[in-house]
Amino acid sequence: MSLIEIKDLKVHYPIRTGFWNRITDSVRAVDGITFNIEAGETYGLVGESGSGKSTTGKSVVGLEKVTSGSILYKGQDITKADNRRKLDYNRDVQMIFQDSLSSLNPRKRIEDIIAEPLRNFEHLSKDDEKLRVLQLLDIVGLDADALYKYPHQFSGGQRQRIGVARAVATNPKLIIADEPVSALDLSVQAQVLNFMKKIQREFGISYLFISHDLGVVRHMCNNIAIMNRGRLVEIGTRDDIYNHPLHIYTKRLLAAIPETNVNQREAHRASRLAVEKVYQEQQSKYYDDDGEAYPLVQITKTHAVALPQALAQQLATQEGEVQA
Amino acid sequence: MWKTILRRFLIMIPEVIILSLLVFLLAKAMPGDPFTGSINPKADPQQIKHLMRINGLYDPWYQQYWNWVVHLFHGNLGNSYQYQEPVTRLIEGRAGNTLWLALFTMILTYIFALPMGVFAGRHEGKLPDTIIRVYTYVTYCIPFFVILVIGIWIFGYVLGWFPTTGSISSDATGWLHTVGSRFYHILLPGLLGALFGTVNIVQYLRSEVIDAKHSDYVRTARSKGVPNRDIYLHHIFRNSLLPIAAFAGYSITGLLNGSIFTETVFSYPGMGLLFVNSISYRDYTVITALVLIYGILNLLGTLLSDIILSIVDPRIRIE
Repeated sequence: MSLIEIKDLKVHYPIRTGFWNRITDSVRAVDGITFNIEAGETYGLVGESGSGKSTTGKSVVGLEKVTSGSILYKGQDITKADNRRKLDYNRDVQMIFQDSLSSLNPRKRIEDIIAEPLRNFEHLSKDDEKLRVLQLLDIVGLDADALYKYPHQFSGGQRQRIGVARAVATNPKLIIADEPVSALDLSVQAQVLNFMKKIQREFGISYLFISHDLGVVRHMCNNIAIMNRGRLVEIGTRDDIYNHPLHIYTKRLLAAIPETNVNQREAHRASRLAVEKVYQEQQSKYYDDDGEAYPLVQITKTHAVALPQALAQQLATQEGEVQA
Repeated sequence: MWKTILRRFLIMIPEVIILSLLVFLLAKAMPGDPFTGSINPKADPQQIKHLMRINGLYDPWYQQYWNWVVHLFHGNLGNSYQYQEPVTRLIEGRAGNTLWLALFTMILTYIFALPMGVFAGRHEGKLPDTIIRVYTYVTYCIPFFVILVIGIWIFGYVLGWFPTTGSISSDATGWLHTVGSRFYHILLPGLLGALFGTVNIVQYLRSEVIDAKHSDYVRTARSKGVPNRDIYLHHIFRNSLLPIAAFAGYSITGLLNGSIFTETVFSYPGMGLLFVNSISYRDYTVITALVLIYGILNLLGTLLSDIILSIVDPRIRIE
């Protein structure tokens, strides 16, 4: 059984207009998403900004009011606050945020920040609690004197590691990482990502890794889902997505990765322009009449794409994939 | 911490000197004199001039100021022209009453305003928020002395629940009875002051709570699984309290100034009433002394604000 099953999740925000502030329309931030999260796996959720990936992540933690659909954990629908409380859900599912400074309370010491999840769920004695906080700091490579400092006294990378320590404090089963490294410079990105991988190996945590950085996603994730306009357009393993992309949106995203090899720049540029041309000419084939993505069609066991059945199969045979 | 306080204290010295100079000159600039009409309506102008002269009122201003400051350092604020009594003794008897009333009003104000502000912020845009906002705006619109007059009429006169004048009943004996009677006399003005003085605190706190509840660290706390009640207590309330704490000191002095209305309407023998009377009688010595005291209390109020701020926000302490 999957750790978490997301079924037809929708998050719509009402648009109010007019004198009486009546609801006239809605922004469909997330519009019908279905996928499962298995224990110990890393999932990448990729898409341009505004595609609904952060909203999906926040819904899974329970920070977002879900319009319809369900998220099942241990057979219970955790979109309801009652079920979350009953299951101690946030003990098992934690979140890491992008902005490491603003997401830590500026007037609390690191000791209190890291110990707070422990105080919520596992009533430890003062000494045990302190010991646990020290352990956590050690895991993410910070000294004991960090205990009595405030968030603004750390560098960005250190703060993000504090965020990681805080998230793993309750031994969670799943951590949602919402662009955890996009505010950090490259050397620090690697440092934080490697800590996250190390922690995953040690504790068997699942990650839902939300990012628009395809390089980082490739480094971190075995399974990748591509989001566009609130819907999933393609889902598959790292190999499926990077080597056999089917949807035009995925192809465009991949074509946008800068090429570091100077000799191949021209070829890369040509292929990017080719993809862009296909997108301009055949947009109507890839999206339905409202400009929305189609429902997902299974191509192989691991690979699914949001296209009409016929087109999906045609493209799959071109790519030489085995039929499911 | 001590460095912070000491430094703030040193800044106060030049402030007090400038304040005293201003107070003295402004009091001198008032038209009229303390003797005309107060001794005997038919008094000879020559005699008044003589009185002015022997009281030093014709000396150059800097000499008068110097005399005043020298006396000040001897703990002598001069004699009241009206009461023929040392000003110190005059104020001594009334300062307690005023402080007692101001303190009581302030405590009540915070007891009413803090929960209202948090509650309104928490239910932003909903019915409870609208009710609290309308309430605070209405109380803000009505002039305070009108409230006092209406209050004294309904609760003091028509219903007769509270005394309408004085600070203590004349037949109060024994410790318990005295304190009880004093408390009974400040209950109505204190309640009115608190119920109609919440607007600043409520509005500030409300907007701070609204800001804080959408902040990233509150989102983090929610994702940690902190119960809603604890989020409001430990994360939102504490951070929202900063600006409130910042003007807690000022609000004390604000209440002292407000005491001028309260004490006049309630004939409550405090510094405010004394101040109003002294102005109408051109009782220079009392006026200067009172304005100086109010001024120093204002400075102490800001000092208090800074100290509170450095306790609430550990980041601004000088290490």
